[in-house]
Amino acid sequence: MIEILSETKCIGCNQCVSVCPTNVFDRVEDGIPKIARQSDCQTCFMCELYCPVDALYVAPDAEAAVHPVEEQLESQGLLGGYREKVGWGPGRQPVSRHEGMYQLALKTGL
Amino acid sequence: MSEARQWDGLDLEADVLVIGGGPAGAWAAITAARNGSSVVLADKGYCGSSGATAPSGTGVWYVQPDEEKRRAAKEGRYTLGGHLAENRWMDRVLDRTYEIMNRLEEYGYPFPLNENGTAYKRGLQGPEYMKLMRKLVLKAGVKILDHSPALELLADEHGVGGARGVRTQRGDSWTVRAGAVVIATGGCAFLSKALGCNVLTGDGYLFAAEAGASMSGMEFSNAYAISPTFSSVTKTAYYRYASFYYEDGTIVEGAGSTRGRSVIARNLLQGRQVYARLDQAPADLQPLLRIGQTNFFLPFDRLGINPFTDLFPVTLRLEGTVRGTGGIQIVDDTCATKVPGLYAAGDAATREFICGGFTGGGSHNAAWAMSSGSFAGEGASNYARGLGSRAATRELKGLSSSPLTSASADRPEKTAERIQAVRDEVVPYDRNLFRTEQGLTGSLNRLDSLWRELRQTPVERSAAGVKGREAAAMTATARWMYRSALARTETRGMHKRADYPELDSNQRYRLIAEGLDEIAVSRRQVEEALVR
Repeated sequence: MIEILSETKCIGCNQCVSVCPTNVFDRVEDGIPKIARQSDCQTCFMCELYCPVDALYVAPDAEAAVHPVEEQLESQGLLGGYREKVGWGPGRQPVSRHEGMYQLALKTGL
Repeated sequence: MSEARQWDGLDLEADVLVIGGGPAGAWAAITAARNGSSVVLADKGYCGSSGATAPSGTGVWYVQPDEEKRRAAKEGRYTLGGHLAENRWMDRVLDRTYEIMNRLEEYGYPFPLNENGTAYKRGLQGPEYMKLMRKLVLKAGVKILDHSPALELLADEHGVGGARGVRTQRGDSWTVRAGAVVIATGGCAFLSKALGCNVLTGDGYLFAAEAGASMSGMEFSNAYAISPTFSSVTKTAYYRYASFYYEDGTIVEGAGSTRGRSVIARNLLQGRQVYARLDQAPADLQPLLRIGQTNFFLPFDRLGINPFTDLFPVTLRLEGTVRGTGGIQIVDDTCATKVPGLYAAGDAATREFICGGFTGGGSHNAAWAMSSGSFAGEGASNYARGLGSRAATRELKGLSSSPLTSASADRPEKTAERIQAVRDEVVPYDRNLFRTEQGLTGSLNRLDSLWRELRQTPVERSAAGVKGREAAAMTATARWMYRSALARTETRGMHKRADYPELDSNQRYRLIAEGLDEIAVSRRQVEEALVR
């Protein structure tokens, strides 16, 4: 579930507040949003994809909070890692276009 | 206070209201708008990220209009589905899906290219697809209400004429009066945290039933997906490359991703953890698999697990009717329900016409969402036009089966307890996956008493109240499921009766469940003879 909203990275665009399907975040007057209802998080990773500055981290554990440390995630390259793989963000090509998609289909029918 | 005064938020009129903004709802809205209707789309979350499709990758039942290819496509899952699909419906869905996928290319969906530079259209990446769908919905002139769960439909003696609900981020209400309503709220996965599924709590089934609609095929509601125990990612396709092990490294005989899922379930029931490893995937395929489904690898990468070489514990996560095929009964080619003015599309509608009682992967489901969405959008739009000026003068009433109130009604912990009580009946494998008369009857007794309680429990018009309505919707859904499952004394499609383990050729019919307090289950013939 959602674990990190980086106070140093967040630019307060409130995209996460808008796109979260289960309304986990709250807007904050004159500030950056907050994680208001962590236990409602369904671990779908959509907020991470829509965050333009890679300020969010959803831990893969869907059932319990695991309290990761931001600096550690940063050094492991995990912040924004999913958005990069999906190919969202300036200068990136969407993975949906990747020729590997077609190669995979040829080889496996998947 | 008058009824209208209590709903003092946003008040809109439209020709068509679409409830739900996943692929089915988005296609319904676009199609109705292009047909000349004014359209409002209300989503419980956010149109573009909500639902089972947005966070996933999915195959699509995209088949060239070539007689031989189409025949093979239709036969592919016909037997798995228990001979309950219909040729004519499969044809119309294949045609419509083909057309829509080609349009998606024109609209700019970034398909991969084959060696000739032609778009390869057998799949869609959810984030990309649904981002584009939101853009297309807005471009078609549809008004989107995000974070606006519906609480009830509105109707008069002529049929359904709108809905109302709350805007969870603004703390007020919304009312939309509309000539026709399309229910595209998805299936019901009972808050199992299957990927993207926690917004799918069967709300639309309940709304439709409160208006008098019936359900069809609700016995086909026990889909379980393989997922790592720690993860929400329920993409099952890649487990075809998995071997399954016990903790000591010995192989689990007979376990597999398709037929062998029951073996995994039986072990988990006995308290024996099952582990998986994708060790059947050839080395040259592994990088391609990583591209094919980025989200599949996300949990592993974050935990430092290499799923090709490391064992990881797995579980079976309930996907209910999201991957199951039951849903609101539709009565004609426009995806109309039997209630005038009410239409259903996507997982909210029964998918039996193209899948029968089973779906293997997402490709039929994605095809059904886009096709049925566009059928329903067209149908609703034409119906609304037929009403003409009468639509504006209707005296509409709310249909909620639980009283809706303005005051704080019930403690949130009480709602959470009730939701847990429903989950206790539908999540366990020995109740829902392996069904018996005894087990179903016991569950139904408890669910019926829960329903009676919920029927009397006031629901506040607020975000907290939405959870109360979800509890009612899940309870009602479980009751239609188990009443239907009790009536089908055989094993067919995904419906498994441990006490009737064989298919009975005399039971090749649909089961229609109707009613809220008393549920009646009746048989309906499959329109076509066996397709050969």
